[in-house]
Amino acid sequence: MGLETKPLSTLHEKSSYDVADFPVPTGREEEWRFTPLSRMKGLHDGTAAVTGGVVVDVDAAPEVRVETVGRDDARLGKAYTPADRVSAQAYSSFEKATVITVPKMTAASRHTVITLRGSGAGAAAYGHILVSVEPMAEAVLVLDHRGSAVYADNVEFDVAEGATLKVVSLQDWDDDAVHVSHHHARLGKDATFRSFVVTLGGDLVRLSPSVSYTAPGGDADLTGLYFVDAGQHLEHRLLVDHSVPNCRSNVTYKGALQGDDAHAVWIGDVIIRAEAEGTDTYELNRNLILTDGARADSVPNLEILTGEVAGAGHASASGRLDDEHLFYLQARGIPFDEARRLVIHGFFAQLIEKIEVPEIRERVLSAVEAELAR
Amino acid sequence: MSTLEIRDLHVAVGDKEILRGVDLTVRSGETHAIMGPNGSGKSTLAYAVAGHPKYTVTSGSVLLDGEDLLEMSVDERARAGLFLAMQYPVEVPGVSVSNFLRSAITAVRGEAPKLRDFAKELKAGMDGLSIDPAFAQRNTNEGFSGGEKKRHEILQLELLKPKIAVLDETDSGLDVDALRVVSEGINRFRASGDTGVLLITHYTRILRYVKPDFVHVFAAGRVVEEGGPELADKLENEGYEAYTTKASA
Repeated sequence: MGLETKPLSTLHEKSSYDVADFPVPTGREEEWRFTPLSRMKGLHDGTAAVTGGVVVDVDAAPEVRVETVGRDDARLGKAYTPADRVSAQAYSSFEKATVITVPKMTAASRHTVITLRGSGAGAAAYGHILVSVEPMAEAVLVLDHRGSAVYADNVEFDVAEGATLKVVSLQDWDDDAVHVSHHHARLGKDATFRSFVVTLGGDLVRLSPSVSYTAPGGDADLTGLYFVDAGQHLEHRLLVDHSVPNCRSNVTYKGALQGDDAHAVWIGDVIIRAEAEGTDTYELNRNLILTDGARADSVPNLEILTGEVAGAGHASASGRLDDEHLFYLQARGIPFDEARRLVIHGFFAQLIEKIEVPEIRERVLSAVEAELAR
Repeated sequence: MSTLEIRDLHVAVGDKEILRGVDLTVRSGETHAIMGPNGSGKSTLAYAVAGHPKYTVTSGSVLLDGEDLLEMSVDERARAGLFLAMQYPVEVPGVSVSNFLRSAITAVRGEAPKLRDFAKELKAGMDGLSIDPAFAQRNTNEGFSGGEKKRHEILQLELLKPKIAVLDETDSGLDVDALRVVSEGINRFRASGDTGVLLITHYTRILRYVKPDFVHVFAAGRVVEEGGPELADKLENEGYEAYTTKASA
């Protein structure tokens, strides 16, 4: 690819706040071809009846400001412009937005939890969250999605110069939930962003975390863990858009699948634009397919439009449990089920250790254990 | 007193027959060395007895104290008292040495050791093999050098205290110092009680440290000569040539 070639997909190439700018997806489009539209409950074509039903509850650190604002709040939509139909639908449909502000030079003394609780999958709801971390501030945030819902939302993380934001987003929905979400982080100069996504529950979850940089020195680390059971569709679509020099990104997503029609989709797009010299990026996806009938689609895309990168790479692998691992453990007397549990646990262990909040770490560990006991 | 009894064992990998009727009896208190050229089926014997799925037993029997090992799963064989120290120990990502060993000890002994006792036991075992205690927190065999892997195999041997231990080329890839440390571990295990050892090796080097009572020469999938320690000396001087030409003739 020549330096003059336009990248295939960037954040701002096709973005709009207006639903009408995006045709209703048919399933043939590149960005929709993996998603079962028939299970979207009308989120993609505007037929979802908006009745609310997702209650947002914030338990904030004392230093953090929490506001519930109307659609007209000027701060909303600054960090992110919707890049697809559902995102634009959510942006033009939400009634109230939650704004979290971490004042400049402030380090939050504990983590802030935003709980989004769905009250039933019969109704559709749209949401919007803005997390603004002002210069040199630091915070840890948990987004905890529970209950049942048909829910589409946009979450903006605006991380200013020298600030640090660590986010854990748990998709721990009931079995019938449908959730389509965009998480966008905009990083200022020398800003640090750590995202940890855990998707376990829901009939269909399609989460699109993306990152853009406004100045050099931005550092993004996106980690994800998912466990897909029979009939579930769990999709993660990553996009890191390196448009300024000397920024760093690292993407590591790992998933396990078990049961008939368990379907995982992972798309990892990384773009290093011509002006983004000195970029250092790596992305990795691993899928562990535990039973027949499960399917993982994994598509890393790395587009490099400059010759001056510090590092760029990607890796993707999907496969079964390694017989040699199981043999080794069993040859030491460990029964098959326990050996299997140890190996799968090991597959996720290094990721789970990275979760900032101990009680969330414990919850994810026991959720994985519970999945293995199924 | 334990006995491992291998009778007329035939083993294939896919369609290819590798073992062609092996007879061997190992009793506790005895150390047997199996020696032979590359490709003679030594490792196949070790893996087949341990139950690796790649190897198919086509006929014959393997009994441990009268119990049919071939009817057991891999983990049942280990719990029955069989141990295989592997030539190429497997790296298990994300499973720490400590977690792995505690799970193994719990399985083999039938109850979980108290955490304090386990920590003590592990430390003593590691000290005896000059293993850095920091390894307890590392992932099993991941990034270990060849010598470190072999030391960990012997650590497992000493902790799990099997009735019969099969050591598959434990000496390969070791420098002199590591060979000495590993051999001392094997000798401690031999001295610790009623245990039998089946030592598989290509070279006579380890037999200077671990003295065998019986030496069996393996060629083309069966035992072609048997004797005492003096047979190892003969092999040291003459090599395997006599057996390989005989076997292929």
